[in-house]
Amino acid sequence: MKVLVCISHVPDTTSKINFIDNDTKFDTNGVQYVINPHDEYSLTRAMWLKENQGATVTVVNVGNATTEPTLRKALAIGADDAIRVNAEPIDGFFVAKQLAEVVKNGGFDLVIAGRESIDYNGGMVPGMLAALLDFNFVNACIGFDVTGNNVTATREIDGGKEILATALPLVIAGQKGIVEEKDLRIPNMRGIMTARSKPLSIVEPVAFDNTTSAINFEKPAPKGAVKLVDVNNLAELVHLLHTEAKVI
Amino acid sequence: MAVLVFAESTEGKFKKTAFEVTSYGKKVAEQLGTNLVVLTVNADDITLLYAYGAEKVLKVTNTALATFNAKIYADVIKQAATKENAQVVIIDSSSNGIYLAPLVAVNLNAGLATNVVALPSSTSPFVVKRKSFSNKAFNNSEIKTAVKVIGLAKNSFGLKEQTIAGTEEVFAPTLINSGVSSISVDKSAGKVTIADADIVVSGGRGLKGPENWGMIEELAAVLGAATACSKPVSDLGWRPHSEHVGQTGKPVTSNLYIAIGISGAIQHLAGVNSSKVKVVINTDPEAPFFKAADYGVVGDAFEVVPKFIEKLKEFKAQNS
Repeated sequence: MKVLVCISHVPDTTSKINFIDNDTKFDTNGVQYVINPHDEYSLTRAMWLKENQGATVTVVNVGNATTEPTLRKALAIGADDAIRVNAEPIDGFFVAKQLAEVVKNGGFDLVIAGRESIDYNGGMVPGMLAALLDFNFVNACIGFDVTGNNVTATREIDGGKEILATALPLVIAGQKGIVEEKDLRIPNMRGIMTARSKPLSIVEPVAFDNTTSAINFEKPAPKGAVKLVDVNNLAELVHLLHTEAKVI
Repeated sequence: MAVLVFAESTEGKFKKTAFEVTSYGKKVAEQLGTNLVVLTVNADDITLLYAYGAEKVLKVTNTALATFNAKIYADVIKQAATKENAQVVIIDSSSNGIYLAPLVAVNLNAGLATNVVALPSSTSPFVVKRKSFSNKAFNNSEIKTAVKVIGLAKNSFGLKEQTIAGTEEVFAPTLINSGVSSISVDKSAGKVTIADADIVVSGGRGLKGPENWGMIEELAAVLGAATACSKPVSDLGWRPHSEHVGQTGKPVTSNLYIAIGISGAIQHLAGVNSSKVKVVINTDPEAPFFKAADYGVVGDAFEVVPKFIEKLKEFKAQNS
């Protein structure tokens, strides 16, 4: 089984979100980058397939050279090799299109990606990738097992879960639950050392017309101060929620 | 030309988001000077959509579509969009909606914008505003393709009644094969889900243990709310993972979010700050959540929550 895990290089959750150049670009100044949390769960699950079912695991990112430390971190967690598509991503479709080329050229039969990235939150790449490749697709996946070519996967639905039967080739959009929190892998020293010599190949992007373009960014209006209500005056809270906030 | 909306239903009943996307679709159709067409699959009473401006309803009735299948549904939407010559296709952000939208976009060679929170600010170029950076920013994006697909963020536009005399048309799409099939669906019956709830009551580590969730459930019952929890609580196994809300859990976009014993770590806020009104109950006046909240009570949850329940019951008794 050849597994490809898609890695987004995203600002750490605690980063200050600011924009520059007339609010057209994200301000990367002082921002720490991490593996997208949903991708981290997906990568850990792929490691399990490597150790227990003999899978090979490749990680891929679409981005410029600044994303390489994030790919090296994924290698340190245990991926066999890495691919970087050398392009500044434009939108979800752009990334899906580049990844589809990587999958076709690499003969992967299982692609695992996080359900969304925590920066642009589009949640588009896994589904678009599956549609472009005509692979099977499971979104919001919280667990799966592969037996030969057959796959049983669980997806989260509103108010519960659904168990699905499907088969390789397959794209899975993973999230928390695909592995338990306590099983999440972090790189150890040996992993960090060996990651340095693992192959990281750079491929050039394919060209096509963009379907969307980001114009600019805005920040939400600043919030007013919290209204504190005294413990002994909770009737006032009920009153405010009813007459002022109008939510009850 | 038309605007096509997919109005999702479960067991024949429309979801609330079906009316929200219909309300939104009607306004987009007005902006474009065209008609709104609403696609339904196995819905019982399609006339309900007329109240939100559905000019034409395509009614698909097929037992083979009784269980949701993303690939097959996406193809049905594509067939409807092609038949109606739709220039904009609008889908909600339910768990099925977010599964469908990318597939529909690729099927129609359309540009896609998800998490859209407002009407297009301009239709030529076609510009929409979407949430990004875990609700810490908005991104104005142009969709450049002839056909455009919009994923509307839940509870962002609301319901706008605009009753018209709509028409119904039976639509019988051909069904493609899918390599994914449903084995079983496990849904907690009779409980308000976090996705559909107007009010969510959430508990954190400040509640000290799973045995103390009775008052959270009681508060939720009084308000008709869904129950939720913070990440540490689900990691500790006090509550099921399905209740975890926050960045890596479920997003909350309810009208009212009540956080009890939750300090408000940035990862938690990232998942819940789309809620319209936030109430925080916490013993620590320095808890970061107070900065993000609209209303706060500094006090011990074990004292505040029972009193709050009592006052809410009095209020409900007077207002029912």
